[in-house]
Amino acid sequence: MTKTNDEPIIICRDVHKWFDDFQALKGIDMEVNIREVIVIFGPSGSGKSTFIRTLNRLEEHQQGQIIVDGIELSHDVRNIEKVRQETGMVFQQFNLFPHLKVIQNITLAPIWVKKLPKEKAEVKAMELLERVGIPEQAEKYPGQLSGGQQQRVAIARALAMEPKIMLFDEPTSALDPEMIKEVLDVMVGLAESGMTMIVVTHEMGFARAVANRMFFFDEGLVVESGTPADIFERPKEDRTKLFLSQILQH
Amino acid sequence: MPSSNQLTATDARSSQAPGIIKWVRANLFSNWFNSILTITLIPAVAYILFIVFRWVFISADWSAVTSQPLLFGVGQFPRDQIWRVGISLLSIMFLIGVSWGKWGGLLRSIGIFATLLFFGFAILPFQHEDLSIPIFTIASTVMTIRFFLGLISLFIIIGNFIGRLEAVSKRLIIIGWFVTPIITVILLSGFDNSELLPSITTTLWGGLLVTFLLAFGGIILSFPIGVALALGRRSKLPVVSAFSTIFIEMVRGVPLVTILFMFSFIINLVLPPSAIPERIVRALMAMTLFSAAYTAENIRGGLQAVPPGQMEAAKAVGMSGFQTMFFIVLPQALRAILPAIVGQFISLFKDTTLVVIVGINDFLGIGRSIINSTPEFLQLQLEVYVFIAIIYMIFSFLMSLASRKLEDALGVGER
Repeated sequence: MTKTNDEPIIICRDVHKWFDDFQALKGIDMEVNIREVIVIFGPSGSGKSTFIRTLNRLEEHQQGQIIVDGIELSHDVRNIEKVRQETGMVFQQFNLFPHLKVIQNITLAPIWVKKLPKEKAEVKAMELLERVGIPEQAEKYPGQLSGGQQQRVAIARALAMEPKIMLFDEPTSALDPEMIKEVLDVMVGLAESGMTMIVVTHEMGFARAVANRMFFFDEGLVVESGTPADIFERPKEDRTKLFLSQILQH
Repeated sequence: MPSSNQLTATDARSSQAPGIIKWVRANLFSNWFNSILTITLIPAVAYILFIVFRWVFISADWSAVTSQPLLFGVGQFPRDQIWRVGISLLSIMFLIGVSWGKWGGLLRSIGIFATLLFFGFAILPFQHEDLSIPIFTIASTVMTIRFFLGLISLFIIIGNFIGRLEAVSKRLIIIGWFVTPIITVILLSGFDNSELLPSITTTLWGGLLVTFLLAFGGIILSFPIGVALALGRRSKLPVVSAFSTIFIEMVRGVPLVTILFMFSFIINLVLPPSAIPERIVRALMAMTLFSAAYTAENIRGGLQAVPPGQMEAAKAVGMSGFQTMFFIVLPQALRAILPAIVGQFISLFKDTTLVVIVGINDFLGIGRSIINSTPEFLQLQLEVYVFIAIIYMIFSFLMSLASRKLEDALGVGER
């Protein structure tokens, strides 16, 4: 486990989010320190995905405050684009660009957003593919790759922008069981390298291994939070106990 | 995977019967019903083919078609200025040849086809008009149309070899494709009071020249307008979206003939006489706007087919709205609707025949005027219309072939 600084890089205060009449987030408070790995878990519909998507404003929060690396998320488009360059995101459905080769998927944003020369971006992309273990797939299209490989490309694509924070929205939920490990291995390596990570997942083994703190979401609220030891050994709330017993049973 | 490949290969070999007899048995006589169908249809098909061949090669009189091929090509374009059409044609075909050499694939098919087409026209028994085209300043050297058509096929092949050279960059060829149409238009229309390039009124233009000008002009111009309208209709700005929606629905609610009439006659009431564009330009504007409205609706459908996750992923890596649209959404949307767009362009190509009603002599119009020109030709309507139909069919088929090849090329690695 890596040591974390005590300097918060993400500050959320009383974050609320409505989808029409349905209230998805009912006041979330969270502070994430640099180099910290946060795992968010909870039943479906608990608002955990919605929450992580408010952090790079794929969803807009209607009340409260979100500050990422000193930039407050508001309607200001420049702030939003700045925050998005500081945060990488990995999706449940990979969302690779199917019309572009793997290498182009990774270099597109560095070339056009960061204005990196094409050659440099490609060298960097190959390094990242090396890091996620699939440099030989660079010239293929996403559709020719397995789910696990696609998700590793998606991680490389996010890392290519050299983000300070990585957001993972259920990165292994759409994968066949035998591919989950290859993705988790990459994520563990990333955590060990000191990346600040927020991970929505039910992979409790991963949480136990690398999480600094865990947050249990239910019905749009943080029910309980603490170190993995707190959560697994001494959960305080009945809902946490019940949920953990359900997902850890088998 | 190699084991399963071997399996399918052996399967195919064992089920695939060698020899024509086995093919006939498998496809024509597989059961008693198919056998009866085959036995009754073979004589029927043979009889129809016999009739068609007898008509084409024996009873039909193609003199109305073969006597004035240049009229079909360019209409009344002044014969002493015909070299301008020739140079334009030559440079476009040369570019096709160069592109064939550089990219191959679909352009290879087009290149080969064009070579054969011009070579065919060079050797077919057309009675070409007897004109002498001076080759630049060497006044004593002249060439016949037949020779020129052959020269075009030669140029395509030469272009092919030039296109294979490393020194000729893709960028150069693409620039060529942007510049050549503009030069062509300037070359054909000319300038007022110019010695070398006297302006040629478009009322004299005709035939395939006009058909291609309207069709490809309409296609090239309507596409970006269509994209803009499609994006405009989805815009969050109410004014932009309302304007796009109203424009699209208005144009789609009116027949093309009506729009052509509007542009031909109503514009005269609105604009001062000096500002009225020439008849062909007005027709081109009408076709462009008409096609743009349909293109816009097709593209809108394609935009909706792109999963929202694609836009989220693009935004998440920090791309701006424009970059997301240009690099992520539009390429996927256009790929999805390529068959529909090409289908629409094919119908636009055929719809250019409607300009006859506003007094423009396109390919079909020239055919009609040839029929009406002499009493003998009045008997030969069928031959003329069959010839015209075949030409339209060839180009429509080429476009749909291009669409299919493009789909394959863009489909690489698609899920």
